[in-house]
Amino acid sequence: MAKVSMTVNGKAASGDVEGRTLLSSFLRDSLGLTGTHVGCDTSQCGACVVHVDGKAVKACTMLALEAEGAEVATIEGQANADGSLNNIQQAFQDHHGLQCGFCTPGMVMSAAALLKDNPKPTEAEIRDYLEGNLCRCTGYHNIVKAIMAASGQDVSSIAAE
Amino acid sequence: MYEFEFEKPSTVAEAVAALADEDAQALGGGQTLIPTLKQRLAMPSKLVSLTAIPQLKELSDNGGMLTIGGAVTHAEVAEAAAASYPALADLAGHIGDPAVRNRGTIGGSLANNDPAACYPAAALGSGATIVTNTREIPSDEYFQGLFDTALNEGEIITAVRFPVPEKANYQKFLQPASRFALVGVFVAKYAAGVRVAVTGASEEGVFRWREAEAALDASFAPDALDGLSVDAGGMIGDLHGSKEYRAHLVGVMAKRAVAAAG
Amino acid sequence: MPKDQGIGASPKRREDVRFLTGAGNYTDDINVNGQAYVHFLRADVAHATINSIDTSAAAEMPGVVKIFTGADFAEVGGIPCGWGVTDRHGNPQQEPRHPIIAHDTIRHVGEIVAAVVADTLEQARDAAEAIEFSLSDKPAVVDMAAALAEDATKVHEDLTSNLCYDWVFGNPDDDAVQAAFDSAAHVTTLELVNNRLVANPMEPRVAIGDYSRATDEYTLHTTSQNPHVIRLLMCAFVLGLPEHKVRVIAPDVGGGFGSKIFHYAEEAFCTFAAKACGRAVKWTSTRAEAFISDAHGRDHVTKIELALDGDNNFTALRTNTMANMGAYLSTFSTSVPSYLHGTLMAGNYKTPIVQVNVKTVFTNTVPVDAYRGAGRPEATFQLERVIDKAARELGADPIALRRQNFITEFPYETPVALTYDTGDYVATMDKLEQVADVAGFAARRAESEKNGKLRGFGINCYIEACGIAPSNIVGMLGARAGLYDAATVRVNATGSISVMVGAHAHGQGHETTFPQVVADMIGIDESMVDIVHGDTGRVPFGMGTYGSRSIAVCGSAMVRATEKIIAKAKKIAAHLMEASDADIELKDGQFTVAGTDKSVAWGDVCLTAYVPHNYPLEELEPGLEETAFYDPANFTYPAGAYACEVEVDPDTGKVSIERFSAADDFGNIINPMIVDGQVHGGLGQGIGQALLENAAYDEDGQLLSASFMDYAMPRADDVPFYQVDHSCQTPCTHNPLGVKGCGEAGAIGSPPAVVNAVIDALQSGGKNVTHIDMPLSPARVWAAMNG
Ligand SMILES: Cc1cc2nc3c(=O)[nH]c(=O)nc-3n(C[C@H](O)[C@H](O)[C@H](O)COP(=O)(O)OP(=O)(O)OC[C@H]3O[C@@H](n4cnc5c(N)ncnc54)[C@H](O)[C@@H]3O)c2cc1C
Ligand code: FES
Ligand code: FES
Repeated sequence: MAKVSMTVNGKAASGDVEGRTLLSSFLRDSLGLTGTHVGCDTSQCGACVVHVDGKAVKACTMLALEAEGAEVATIEGQANADGSLNNIQQAFQDHHGLQCGFCTPGMVMSAAALLKDNPKPTEAEIRDYLEGNLCRCTGYHNIVKAIMAASGQDVSSIAAE
Repeated sequence: MYEFEFEKPSTVAEAVAALADEDAQALGGGQTLIPTLKQRLAMPSKLVSLTAIPQLKELSDNGGMLTIGGAVTHAEVAEAAAASYPALADLAGHIGDPAVRNRGTIGGSLANNDPAACYPAAALGSGATIVTNTREIPSDEYFQGLFDTALNEGEIITAVRFPVPEKANYQKFLQPASRFALVGVFVAKYAAGVRVAVTGASEEGVFRWREAEAALDASFAPDALDGLSVDAGGMIGDLHGSKEYRAHLVGVMAKRAVAAAG
Repeated sequence: MPKDQGIGASPKRREDVRFLTGAGNYTDDINVNGQAYVHFLRADVAHATINSIDTSAAAEMPGVVKIFTGADFAEVGGIPCGWGVTDRHGNPQQEPRHPIIAHDTIRHVGEIVAAVVADTLEQARDAAEAIEFSLSDKPAVVDMAAALAEDATKVHEDLTSNLCYDWVFGNPDDDAVQAAFDSAAHVTTLELVNNRLVANPMEPRVAIGDYSRATDEYTLHTTSQNPHVIRLLMCAFVLGLPEHKVRVIAPDVGGGFGSKIFHYAEEAFCTFAAKACGRAVKWTSTRAEAFISDAHGRDHVTKIELALDGDNNFTALRTNTMANMGAYLSTFSTSVPSYLHGTLMAGNYKTPIVQVNVKTVFTNTVPVDAYRGAGRPEATFQLERVIDKAARELGADPIALRRQNFITEFPYETPVALTYDTGDYVATMDKLEQVADVAGFAARRAESEKNGKLRGFGINCYIEACGIAPSNIVGMLGARAGLYDAATVRVNATGSISVMVGAHAHGQGHETTFPQVVADMIGIDESMVDIVHGDTGRVPFGMGTYGSRSIAVCGSAMVRATEKIIAKAKKIAAHLMEASDADIELKDGQFTVAGTDKSVAWGDVCLTAYVPHNYPLEELEPGLEETAFYDPANFTYPAGAYACEVEVDPDTGKVSIERFSAADDFGNIINPMIVDGQVHGGLGQGIGQALLENAAYDEDGQLLSASFMDYAMPRADDVPFYQVDHSCQTPCTHNPLGVKGCGEAGAIGSPPAVVNAVIDALQSGGKNVTHIDMPLSPARVWAAMNG
């Protein structure tokens, strides 16, 4: 066991972990932040995407000890200070960008990373960026639409609600 | 995963020392190693993280030679090489997905030498030099078959040196599930000649398509490749494509790479 | 006039807030004090005799609580099959025992061979590696045709063969059917495969069993679409426990698509082991385990023949299908290739003679069961492919050929036992032609050709039987359960309402749509209504969510219960206003006496029900809570027409979906936003089946596509924005809401459109390709073009 300390959603967090403890396990099991989901074991589904030092990473494919001293942001820290949904979360709700919700934390975190680098992505850029985020429910339509809307683009001409 | 110790040295020397322990293994971005460990397919006693060694994070461009530290991530290469070596930047920018690119490293990719990986095509196609803590290995000697390289136990890739070509392009045809290369072809034109490296296709791993190189030396145009084909015999045949299909794609992707290189 | 509440409005989903903030409560998020973890040691060979298992070394490993093998489950029941099909000779299906843990024989890769319960998961895995086995390998039975050969190795020694049943449906008279083919002007024949799929909801399965010695009660948290069904099957058939001692909770569930309907060994194991170990036992499936332990879907091999007369009228249809059951019969498995498939073979067409022949086959593969659409996609695919092929052979326009043969009068009795109550296939086709801009296709094709691409257009129609199902009918057909549903409407003293529903939401948005209905009926704000679902301890009963049944069946139960509430509330209101209850009207949450200005508010009536100081106690019980069970009179029949436009890269065979349009008739719609979302999701999965997904086995029974590295899931860049329209609405005639269900349509209706479009593209490029089996991967398309 080794001690690991990091900042998670702006707050100091630490715990004892093994060498093999994944960041996803540390967040879920030690910190109780169960919004970060685990949907695969081949690092492909993206349900576990969080930000480490401002960059999207798959928390299931990073050792907790690698995040020593890092700033980690998870879905639990995304809402506005008053608890209301942030811009991206709100767009997902407005445009029905989620169904079962399992992929959603990863989708929102990926979308946030995308919009930070590319504030007005095209449809193709969004679809490309979501390469590592699988959703089995939505057929992606409303996810892509929600991200376009969150970036301030007019989505009213995109077929259907 | 089996239990292992974890160390995060800050110099190459410390890393080399740590790797001297029996069954210690280097950890780059973990984007290949961690999924492997989850399946309990490897049992290292210790993982030595290379992500906090400043020397391995360096990236320099001294007019015609791009040197990329062994722990530089795919995302960093995609950004930093965009001006100096756009074909390489583009390749790095299409490895996996954004989260994978934020962690995965060039050293890890080349050390792993997955037969469907992208970087091996770039390294071999550029005639790059793999620099380790003990020596410099020309790419033509480095790749030794599936998941096999010239690296010795405990040897660390500290940097990769890419001579920048006049023009180059990488065309990747996606395996539909993994999105690694079903076939990827890297074409680079140097004053000394054209290099064509093919990944994803061969049972022997990445290889140079010498016939195509010769044809493109004569005329750097897609139709110079008309009539040329690789032998389907040595190609990979699996669920995602037969040997013949892969052999065919090598030709198609090579032509497209030449066309895109301009 | 757009409303923001009630039936037909699209209020934002209330469940979204918790999912968007990481506050969902999925089964793996739950931990029980003192829980231990189980690791299942799974077979890595497809077929073998277990000579011995030695767990002694493993039992001594650190942290091990207890190790279980097949012997520990010899005394409990096997996993039951919920549907008994009678074969063409009147005999029952062959039904093998389906053990919780393999006892003496391993029958598929992934079957549980031993279970290690330990303090931590890694300790359980460590110990599992120390278990020693002696196995004698047997030949793996993988190919269905080979499995049916005389001398084939048997998957189950105690059965007579690998044939589960040989079934005929529709017109059983072979001579009469043959005569129709003999007299046809044209016969089109097509052999095809409906590819095997893995449902892959993004949340892997999880089960946590717990047992209280104090009360002798069990609690199972599980990722299920139907917790009451799991409780019933597990208690009555497997563990022999009284239902009132078992509580099954399915909290937030991350998608199901059928794969979480079934009762699985792991659920029974964790429940059983909790008592045996004296601690809660938790199992979280890895994705790797999911691939070899979740029931798979589809896997049919079919020959279909369509007879037409000289005027291109369909005169007869005959199909011969082999359907893979895998190694054991999963919960609904035998119903899928029979009644959920055969009954749909008439499609949208008035073909007078239909004969469906199905052989179901045991193989050494993972059990196969319902996956989104279940039987109906298999029916639709073959029918709509053969029609398209016929159109090509006859030089007929594929749209016109379909239109000409549409059923146009309702109710319509099909030759395959269904009575379609209502529909308008002409209207959905008209709508589709408009939405898909059929007129503009030629120009789009020219544009693609300029870029060196082949462009194709493909359409298909579909009909599905949803709202499963009238219990008396399915009982006659072999269902071993009733398929009604139930709802309890509990009005609280202050007028807010909890509705306990038997349906389970795992993405469908019931928490939003069900309250829309109740609030609309009473005329109160939706925020006053919540539903409770997914907990046998809180919901009286229910059959769960599958077969697009939630709103049609459970929603109808909810309406009936709400009607009872309103009737009683009117009596109370009548008492309060000293009027006759026949004169009471309810509107916008106000009870009024017709023709007067007397009124009393919903809240006052509710309060009176619970504080019955001024109340007709001699006639009415206090309180306001009603339950209804609803058993549908018929299936519902959503139908529609879909169009797909593809580009094919002739150099590589790569197909890209350029447009996808859907015109559906779902009857009345509660929440259009959610209906669109359901269609989008179904389209994503249908396109996945058509282009990408393939659960392929090698001849040794190893699953070749056993991870996302080889099983191609549709990603965001594999699909376009879809054009979805559901303005054609012929309301269901027999349920109170006039709803039909929309959950599966997209998955049912899209694969044939995609394949038809690819064939069209290849033909436009001068390639005489008439069929390619799904998935239409680049390699397969290229091979077909160059074959
Ligand atoms: C979802 C997904 C998609 C992917 N898609 C692609 C793709 O399209 N194309 C592609 O090419 N790759 C792809 N990859 C692989 C990715 O590029 C990995 O990052 C790369 O293969 C390994 O790099 P790493 O830094 O993560 O190495 P690690 O996983 O940390 O290590 C891999 C191996 O290299 C060794 N190693 C690491 N660094 C060094 C070093 N500096 N010197 C010596 N040995 C070292 C390790 O000991 C280990 O044996 C994908 C991965 C994932 C998870
Ligand atoms: S759980 Fe991390 S990528 Fe799937
Ligand atoms: S909403 Fe269910 S997986 Fe995306």
